[in-house]
Amino acid sequence: MSQEIVLSCRGLVKKFGGITATNNVTLDVRRGARHALIGPNGAGKTTLINLLTGVLEPTAGTITLEGEDISRLAPHQRVRRGMVRTFQINQLFASMTPLETLALVVSQQRGLGARWWKSIASEPAVAERAQQLLEQFHLAEVATQKTEHLAYGKRRLLEIAIALACEPRVLLLDEPVAGVPAGEREELLQTVAALPADVSVLLIEHDMDLVFSFADRMTVLVNGTVLTEGTPDEIEHNEDVKAVYLGHGDEINEAVQAVEAR
Amino acid sequence: MSTPAELQSILLRNARWRPWEFAVWALAFALPLVTPSHALMINEIAIVALFAMSLDLILGYTGIVSLGHAAFFGFGAYAAALFAKHVMPEPTVGLLVAIGLSAVLGAIASVTILRGTDLTRLMVTLGLALILLELANKLDWLTGGTDGIQGLTIAPVLGRFEFGLDGQVASYFTMTLLLVFFLIARVIVNSPFGATLKAIRDNKLRAMAIGVPVHARLIAIYTVAAGIAGAAGAAFTLTSGYVSLEALSFDRSADVMLMVVIGGIGWLYGGILGAVVFKVIQDVLSQITPQYWMFWIGLFLVVLVLVGRDRLLRPWTWGRKA
Repeated sequence: MSQEIVLSCRGLVKKFGGITATNNVTLDVRRGARHALIGPNGAGKTTLINLLTGVLEPTAGTITLEGEDISRLAPHQRVRRGMVRTFQINQLFASMTPLETLALVVSQQRGLGARWWKSIASEPAVAERAQQLLEQFHLAEVATQKTEHLAYGKRRLLEIAIALACEPRVLLLDEPVAGVPAGEREELLQTVAALPADVSVLLIEHDMDLVFSFADRMTVLVNGTVLTEGTPDEIEHNEDVKAVYLGHGDEINEAVQAVEAR
Repeated sequence: MSTPAELQSILLRNARWRPWEFAVWALAFALPLVTPSHALMINEIAIVALFAMSLDLILGYTGIVSLGHAAFFGFGAYAAALFAKHVMPEPTVGLLVAIGLSAVLGAIASVTILRGTDLTRLMVTLGLALILLELANKLDWLTGGTDGIQGLTIAPVLGRFEFGLDGQVASYFTMTLLLVFFLIARVIVNSPFGATLKAIRDNKLRAMAIGVPVHARLIAIYTVAAGIAGAAGAAFTLTSGYVSLEALSFDRSADVMLMVVIGGIGWLYGGILGAVVFKVIQDVLSQITPQYWMFWIGLFLVVLVLVGRDRLLRPWTWGRKA
């Protein structure tokens, strides 16, 4: 795997009044990495995503994507530079079909979003890419059904297809299999596993089976701080991580204090 | 498996002209000749239909709720009146000036609707319309106050067609305007730009997350809609030869929203259909019960909402269970 760093956070801090949701987070994601971000509820994973995607502005610290400082860019500008996310709770365009949705996203990604004088169907390359994505995400047979009428698993697939249509360099997957019924799960896991190798993926997930089968690198977040980082093997045998996941509140705090004291 | 070309044609399907559409437009353009006695009414309907279509662009396609759309209608109406009175009586130039000025007002006003929810937008749009109404009322040296601007002399359209009392030229003038803006709006809503508007309407958060510059889009469509509303207002002034405070009134904002709701939002024919239904009901009812016609409109709306538009248009399904 390439050692080149695609996404890098340096000393990221986010304070809400007196509460520090993100505390001095430093994180590097290499090109093509399958990087998992784990941590108990309230660890600050969502805040970190919002900082990365530009929904929130950091109190301190910088975020660089492909060497460019994007810390102060608006969300849609970060998307154009390749920082794309999916949502834990589906955020879809209910009245559109998957075909219309993907045609829109591909058009937008190719800089045609402001084009008002031509039909969205006028660009063959857009339809071609939309078709590829529909096939890749097993959405071809429901391509012309309204999104609001799709089965949950299909909507989940569309959620990821939309993100991939944005041609991400870094893809933030926020609990991709959350709430997917067992019968539709396999299809989803396959597509997640088959994501393009050159796209770096930052996966936020509670499902440890998925995390350990998918990730080649893991970061453990606790109370807004990076507890530790390493390969899945290292994380699995890390005593601090075990304490955080299995232990009581006191032990968590001790583990965190131990890390902060370092 | 569908090929890309097939998918393209599926996407094109929404934008394709259907036979009934040609028939509707042909019928509409034949009407002033067939029933010349109704030409004035046809003109009136075409004006509000254009106005309603403009509202649908922001309400139905972009999800911006506005209870003050008359601000742009009235602004266009006054702009056309002042231009005819002080600069030149040429209607085409006056129309273009009114459209341009209304669009500029729309661009400026769009900052008030960028943020906020439906409720806050309802309030700020209403507020803008009320401010303009009050300005038109107070600045009587300019706007004639409560009297409005009356007895305007409007030159013949293209130097040839004089707006007569029978309303025939007026109805063709306005319907041509309606058709032109309909064609433009149709191109817009089927374009990638139009798709980004629907994306904003359906899910603003996700629209942002796929790289749509939401604010730029809202400003753009609000400007366009304001320009079209201004065109409707200008058509009102130019074909009637006067303008009054009524053009900016709350009633006008509320009526146009009713029309769009009656005809169906997010559908370009919705505004037109709503305008026809509203005006015809108004005309028929006000002949029967001049004082209480609003009661019947209200009753109609309640029935429409309870029964649903689809079912109301299909009486043969009334016996069946929903």
